[in-house]
Amino acid sequence: MFYREVGDFKTSYAEDQQTFPIAFDRWRYYVVIAVAFLVIPFIINDYWEKSVLLPFLVFSIAAIGLNILTGYCGQVSLGTGGFMAVGAYACYKLMTGFPELNIFFVVILSGFVTAAVGMVFGLPSLRIKGFYLAVATLAAQFFLVWLFNKVPWFYNYSASGQINAPERTVFGIAVTGAASPSWATYLFCLVFVFALAWAARNMTRGPLGRKWMAIRDMDIAAEIIGVSPLSTKLTAFAVSSFFIGIAGALYFSVWFGAVEVTEAFGINQSFRVLFMVILGGLGSIFGSFAGAAFLVLLPVFLKNVMVGALGWSTAIAANLELVIVGGLIVFFLIAEPHGLAALWRTAKEKLRLWPFPY
Amino acid sequence: MSDQLLFSIEAAINGLMTGILYALVALGFVLIFKASEIFNYAQGVMALFAALTLVGLQKGQVPFAELINAIFGTNIHEFGWEMPTALALLLTIGVMVLFAILVERIVLRHLVNQAPIILFMATIGLAFFMEGFGDLMWGSDIKALDIGLPKGLSETVDQTTFEWFGYGFFIDRLDVAAAIVAAVLVTALVLFSQYTRIGRALRAVADDHQAALSVGISLRLIWVIVWAVAGFVALVAGAMWGAKSGVQFSLSLIALKALPVLMLGGFTSIPGAIVGGLIIGAGEKLFELWVGPLIGGATENWFAYMLALVFLVFRPQGLFGEKIIERV
Amino acid sequence: MKLNRIAAVAFAALMAAGPALAELVVPSLSYRTGPYAPNGIPYADGFADYFTLLNERDGGIGGVKVRVLECETGYNTEKGVECYESTKGEGALVYHPLSTGITYQLIPKTLVDHIPVHSMGYGRTSAADGRIFKWVFNFPGTYWDAASIIVKHIKDQEGGDLNGKKLALLYHNSAYGKEPIRTLQELAKKHGYELTLLPVDHPGQEQKSQWLQIRRERPDYVIMWGWGVMNQVAIQEAANIRFPMDHFIGVWWSGSENDVLPAGDGADGYKAIAFHPPGTDAPLFADIKKYVLDAGKAAGDGSHFGEVLYNRGMYAAITVAEAIRTAQQMNNVKEITPTMMRDGLENLVIDAKRWEEIGWPGNPEIHVTCANHGGPGLGAIQQWDAKTKTWSLITPFMEADREVVDALIAEDAAAFAKENNITPRECK
Repeated sequence: MFYREVGDFKTSYAEDQQTFPIAFDRWRYYVVIAVAFLVIPFIINDYWEKSVLLPFLVFSIAAIGLNILTGYCGQVSLGTGGFMAVGAYACYKLMTGFPELNIFFVVILSGFVTAAVGMVFGLPSLRIKGFYLAVATLAAQFFLVWLFNKVPWFYNYSASGQINAPERTVFGIAVTGAASPSWATYLFCLVFVFALAWAARNMTRGPLGRKWMAIRDMDIAAEIIGVSPLSTKLTAFAVSSFFIGIAGALYFSVWFGAVEVTEAFGINQSFRVLFMVILGGLGSIFGSFAGAAFLVLLPVFLKNVMVGALGWSTAIAANLELVIVGGLIVFFLIAEPHGLAALWRTAKEKLRLWPFPY
Repeated sequence: MSDQLLFSIEAAINGLMTGILYALVALGFVLIFKASEIFNYAQGVMALFAALTLVGLQKGQVPFAELINAIFGTNIHEFGWEMPTALALLLTIGVMVLFAILVERIVLRHLVNQAPIILFMATIGLAFFMEGFGDLMWGSDIKALDIGLPKGLSETVDQTTFEWFGYGFFIDRLDVAAAIVAAVLVTALVLFSQYTRIGRALRAVADDHQAALSVGISLRLIWVIVWAVAGFVALVAGAMWGAKSGVQFSLSLIALKALPVLMLGGFTSIPGAIVGGLIIGAGEKLFELWVGPLIGGATENWFAYMLALVFLVFRPQGLFGEKIIERV
Repeated sequence: MKLNRIAAVAFAALMAAGPALAELVVPSLSYRTGPYAPNGIPYADGFADYFTLLNERDGGIGGVKVRVLECETGYNTEKGVECYESTKGEGALVYHPLSTGITYQLIPKTLVDHIPVHSMGYGRTSAADGRIFKWVFNFPGTYWDAASIIVKHIKDQEGGDLNGKKLALLYHNSAYGKEPIRTLQELAKKHGYELTLLPVDHPGQEQKSQWLQIRRERPDYVIMWGWGVMNQVAIQEAANIRFPMDHFIGVWWSGSENDVLPAGDGADGYKAIAFHPPGTDAPLFADIKKYVLDAGKAAGDGSHFGEVLYNRGMYAAITVAEAIRTAQQMNNVKEITPTMMRDGLENLVIDAKRWEEIGWPGNPEIHVTCANHGGPGLGAIQQWDAKTKTWSLITPFMEADREVVDALIAEDAAAFAKENNITPRECK
């Protein structure tokens, strides 16, 4: 019924190679985009903005970034929090150092700064593999957080070491600072998510993505067929850090507006993004979105049900929330180790044949 | 001897003592990784959970008191008895064995042959679960743990060193006790794995799963045993750290201290965990004392990782890890 | 699948919103879970229990019941913001963010949402300048007040002269822990003592190097800005190296029963600064016991009754209740808005007579003004007695070194005003 290729004829190679070859899928995608851009901005309110949509968008970018590194290139990283901090602090320094520069370019530049830092910390990946690498990236995590906490230059010598985002505008509308309207911050992030997801999707389909995957599947074999591990691993670290840096910059400037590095970009953040990637599905852009949505919405949902609807004590609810989230993670890993993306694929297969499965 | 040198020696000795405590946590990781190639992130939370259970049993706390009170409107908190430490210890070991069985039944059995990262994630899920569960069961107050270990400055060491060098060294008696316990524990583990039937089976599984299976060793039983032993190690680590600061949530964060120890020592080596712990313990103390003041201090969180990172670049499998052989 | 979930969230959010009855809504952003839960629980209990008392005994404030809206933050800024956004629509009158991170989040928002924030003894110190921070309050004292009072106490103990003395600051390596550094440095210039800084990284489970350093350099006093497990470990280590405990002084977040009990007898004599008296001697506590605890209406299990942090939660609740009362009288209405609440906070006066009426005499007077939101800035030193397991005040409430602190506040507030283009308002 749905998702059927029948009657969907391709007359050129370009058509055959497109991202969504099935017409139904393509239209569904257009509808989602249209709703995101044209409907949600009109119905959004503060709560949805700050607690649901911005977290979802920001973590989607971070998850796509980590997915490029871990899912496509096979390098497990636990330094995501540290790299997000680089993005946030680069953003802060650029915002305060060049007040005239449009925030849009500030965020992109922050991404480039993070990419450079990411490449430096990616160098050990040439020697260190597997869990050793995962733990080694923790060095980046702890060192970067310590650095931003310790060197006063990074937080402009403020008394407490907090950084605060001043108000910046795009086309005359504030997107950072407390006075920014919900729809503006939402759209600002959405533009980034859209552009980056599109870029990621096409990068992973192209020669670069194929090289990453070759390295992931077996790096020695890849090296023998002429894929350079040095440039491939480093590009993966650079691209991944670019994404994560942008996520960090948006996290700080648009979502929160004030950040303390030890708390906001600690190791928990690294784990959280890795969860999103793995629960969503390694090596899948859709999976990154699904994972982010799952881990952002589930706690909010559980909290609202248990405290709001059922009126339980907040402590019990918070502990039960941990129990349920932990339990669900284990459950999902058992039920579908390849993540929500694999579930989605199965669902699509089923829908294709529905209602006549034989 | 100069003051500086004496002080460095004192710091190094204290660092070595702390290193043993790190190694205790790392040991739990190694045991499980060796037998099942699972990087068990939940080890830290297991330590917390074990220590909570120990104190809870000792003080006669009612498990899930808050939950029960919330549901049934009762107001119970304590049974009103004090359990002798030895009995509480035994019961806690029982709980950890039960925990190992449940983990194998509910989680591991279904995840056989999955990629290591999936298993790793499963243990993080498990860690979340246990954090919430432990809190629900025993409450989140700080609990003072007293299992009769000595605490505080060791007079003997202070006086002897004062007579020798004119500068009294500080050694915490709790650290000495912990070092002795750790030594006993490691010896016992080595003896266990060398001279008992189950120990041999453990080593066989660590060597080659398939081969071990084919000679009739039950993988599941081995896993249960390994997790139970890791639970026991977690209990010891939790009790040692808990005696220092009271048993509380932050105890689970000591896992982060154990990770660089593992990198340095290799994930698969028990001596590696000990030596790695000692190197990191002494290294971070000396670094904090001599380099720390120059760059602003509080370096201990990242120094261990950096040390391990630099080390790994030269020896990617860790100090005692098995050489990584890769074939196409 | 995803849509279903979103719809369910929306449904749950709607359920949470509920109909608004005639009541005064006071949100309580508590943390009963996570690494800082042992500190968060007594505070949240005290906060809630006082309002329960008002509802049970007096039928609310001015005849209107108070609804405490508790929301779990886990001391996490992300969750704190979620709590703020989800409760602000319910007529929340004032926020006690209960964490430095969340406070910094909410300060800019107050200008837009017009709901006052009261960070009682934490948060941004320069918010004491009411001309610039119109919506933010941090009375009865700031960290900088605390630092200068501690130094004053040390000076008193040393017979009025600190020249050549060595002081060490052991601090949590975060925004919170770094707060007193500037003040202590300024005071060092003034009094001629030498200051050593010893940062401890989160969580602070391992402090051997810091304490070995203290043992070697033998500072005359150690001041602590600690939080969570760091406090217990520090006090234990101090006892281990036999540092004279009465020369070890903590800030008001490092001086509760939680912090000293694990160290047992070793903690005897440890000091901390406080802005309210410890213990349960006052008549108010008898009322709480009668109307709340014994009636089975306590927020927690009642085991924290009378602890330092429980009292602090009550103290916070009292300031809220009194501000509501003030706002009701000022506007001659029963139900007030957050804007009225702000005026109530700004005109809050709790003098000795009023403290007597509340049933908790011995507290210093509070007198908030338009220009001074940090009000009275008094603190006393309390000391721990390990035998009786009680804290007791050993000094009267002392004033901070206003000269030094006010200059620092003015400087920092001006920087904030400049950064955010705020023109200081005129105060009569």
